[in-house]
Amino acid sequence: MLNLQKHDKTLMIIVAVLVLFAPFILNPFPTGSAMAQFNAGYPDLMQRFVIFGIFAVGFNILFGLTGYLSFGHAAFLGVGSYSAVWMFKLLSMNVIPAILLSVVISGLFALLIGFVSLRRSGIYFSILTLAFAQMSFNLAYSVLTPITNGETGLQLTLDDPRILGVSATADGGIPVTSLFGLEMRSTYEMIVGPWTFQFNAGYYLCGIILLAAFYLSLRIFRSPFGMMLRAVKSNQTRLNYTGLNPKPYTLAAFVISGMYAGLAGGLMASMDPLAGAERMQWTASGEVVLMTILGGAGTLIGPVLGAGFIKYFENIFSKINDSILHSWFSFLPDGIEDAVVFLIHPFIGKGWHLTLGILFMLVVIFLPGGLVEGGQRIKKWVSGGKNKADDKAPKTEPAE
Amino acid sequence: MGILDVKDVGKRFGGLQALGNVNLSVAENSVHAIIGPNGAGKSTLLNCLVGKLVPDTGSVMFDGQSVLGRSPHEINQMGISRVFQTPEIFGDLTVMENMMIPVFAKRDGAFRMHAIENMMAERDIVETAEKMLVDMNMAEKRHMHAASMSRGDKRRLEIGMCLAQEPRLLLLDEPTAGMARADTNNTIDLLKQIKDERDITIAIIEHDMHVVFSLAERITVLAQGTPLVEDTPENIKGHPKVREAYLGEAA
Repeated sequence: MLNLQKHDKTLMIIVAVLVLFAPFILNPFPTGSAMAQFNAGYPDLMQRFVIFGIFAVGFNILFGLTGYLSFGHAAFLGVGSYSAVWMFKLLSMNVIPAILLSVVISGLFALLIGFVSLRRSGIYFSILTLAFAQMSFNLAYSVLTPITNGETGLQLTLDDPRILGVSATADGGIPVTSLFGLEMRSTYEMIVGPWTFQFNAGYYLCGIILLAAFYLSLRIFRSPFGMMLRAVKSNQTRLNYTGLNPKPYTLAAFVISGMYAGLAGGLMASMDPLAGAERMQWTASGEVVLMTILGGAGTLIGPVLGAGFIKYFENIFSKINDSILHSWFSFLPDGIEDAVVFLIHPFIGKGWHLTLGILFMLVVIFLPGGLVEGGQRIKKWVSGGKNKADDKAPKTEPAE
Repeated sequence: MGILDVKDVGKRFGGLQALGNVNLSVAENSVHAIIGPNGAGKSTLLNCLVGKLVPDTGSVMFDGQSVLGRSPHEINQMGISRVFQTPEIFGDLTVMENMMIPVFAKRDGAFRMHAIENMMAERDIVETAEKMLVDMNMAEKRHMHAASMSRGDKRRLEIGMCLAQEPRLLLLDEPTAGMARADTNNTIDLLKQIKDERDITIAIIEHDMHVVFSLAERITVLAQGTPLVEDTPENIKGHPKVREAYLGEAA
C-alpha cells in the first residue's frame, strides 16, 4: 500500500505502534507508586517527544545523508514558531494555516541561509550556519522586537485582530488553538485500576504528522535523490566528474530539513501558542545534533530514538532531587545513605546534563552508530547462538 | 581537426611555468598517450581539459566547443569522462549504486529532484547498470560496499562507471599506477577490449611504457611543460629527443 520494501514496512509499523501507543508505553508505573516519577506519558512531554522527533528526522536528511553538519537548525525551528504564532494572532486559532505558514517561511529562510552557507563545506559550513543562527537569535532578541516581541517572547493577547475568529472568548479569555474545533489541549483520561492513561488531541496531531514526516524521510532515503545525497557524502570529486552538480542536491536537502525544523517549530507553537528567541539559541541547535548522533546518524529510526532519549532525560532526571534520593536509600544506615546521596547528587536535578554528557560519550566511543547500532548488536547477540554461519556472510543490508 | 584540440595552452603557478604553449590534437576513435618524465606537466594538462584548472592562455576545444570556463560536471556532460590515478568511487555505496549514479547522470543531467520515486523501481536505470556490471565482470559483487573491494576491482568499477555514461572521450590518468603486474595486464586487456568494442576516443597519461606501447596509436612526449615530439609508438621508441628527456643530456 505504501510502496515500501518489507524491511521498511517493518520499520514504519514499529514507529506507528510506538507513536499510537505511547500513552501506554510511557506510563508503565501505577499512579501514586514510588516509580511514578519515571512515567513520561503526560501530554506535555509526549508532545515534545514527537515534535523533537520530527526536528531530528529532518536534521538527519541533511546530516545523515550528505554529511553536512549544520549548527544552526534551531533558527528554522524559531522562525517556524514565530510564523505560527503570528498566524494565530492575525488569522485564526486553527492550527492548519499556522503549520503551513511555518513550513513555508522556514523553507524560504533555509533557502537563503543554505544558498550562502553551502558555498563552503566541512567545518566552514558548520561555522557559517552557526553564525547565521546566532544572528537570527540576536535579531529576534533585540532589533526585530516589533515582530518577535524581544526577550518577553511572542504571545497571544486579548486584542489580537483575528480575522477568522474572535479576539477574546465570551468569558474574556484568550481562545485556545484547535483543529477545526477540536481543542489541542483536550485530553481524555482512561483509568485502568491504579493506572491513569492520558490521550491528548494535540499529541495525536503531532504523532500523525511525525508518521507522515517519517514516511517521507523513508521515501527520500530510498529515492534516487537520497542516493545522490549519500554520494555527496561519499565522494564529491567523483560526483562532479560524473556530470552531477552537488550544489542543488545539497541545497535541496538543506531546504527540506529546514522545512522539517519549521514544521516542528509550528507544532510547538500550536501546542502552546508562544514563541521566544531562546528557541533559536545555539544550544538548541546543538541539541538536535546530539539527538541525531545519539540515535544514529544516517539511520532512519535513530533520530526519533535519540530525540526521545534526550527529552526523557531532560524531563525525568532533572526532576529527581535529594529528598527523593533519601527516600530511595532510606534502608541504608544513616552515614552510608548520606554518602550515597552525596555521590549521586551531581548527576541528578540540575546536573542531568552531566549524566547525559557521560552517556553521550559512552555511546560515541562504544557505539559509533548510536542507539541503532546498540540495537543491532543486541539482535545479533540474541540470534548469534542459533546461526553462527550468518555472521561470516558479507553484510549487504543497506542502512536502516 | 581532432575530437580534442589543445591550442597554445599555458599555465603558470607563481614562478613555475607548468605548461607553456602546448599544442595537441587527439583524433577521433584513436588511443592517444601522453608521456613524459615527472614534473613534465602531464597532470596539469589533464586538469585543464576537465575544468579543474583554467589555463592562463590558449584554447581547449572538444568537438568544436570550448571547454574553458565550464565546471567539471558541465564538461563531463559534454562527453568527457575521467579516470583518476587513485580510483575515485563512492566507497560508502554498493557497487550497484555506484553504477546507477552515472546512468542517472546520463539520463537526467546535472540535477533532477526525484525525491519520492523508489530508485530500484527505475527499471531502465537498473537494467543499464546491471548490464554494465556484467560487461565489467563484476555482477556477483553488486551488493558489496565499493570501499571493501581490491584496488584492481575499484579501478575496473571506475572505468565501468565512466563507460556507463557513454562518453566520447575517456581520459585516463596513470590508470595502472601502484598496481601489481597481473592487475596492470588485466587493465591493459580491459582497455583494449573497450577500444575494440566501443565507439570511443581514449587519451591516456602514463608512466609505465609497457602500458603505453601496448595500447597507444599515437604518442605525445611532454617535457618541462611543452610537447617535445608527437609520433607513432614505433618512431617514439628510438627517438633521440625522448631519450634525452628521460635520461638527461649526458645520455
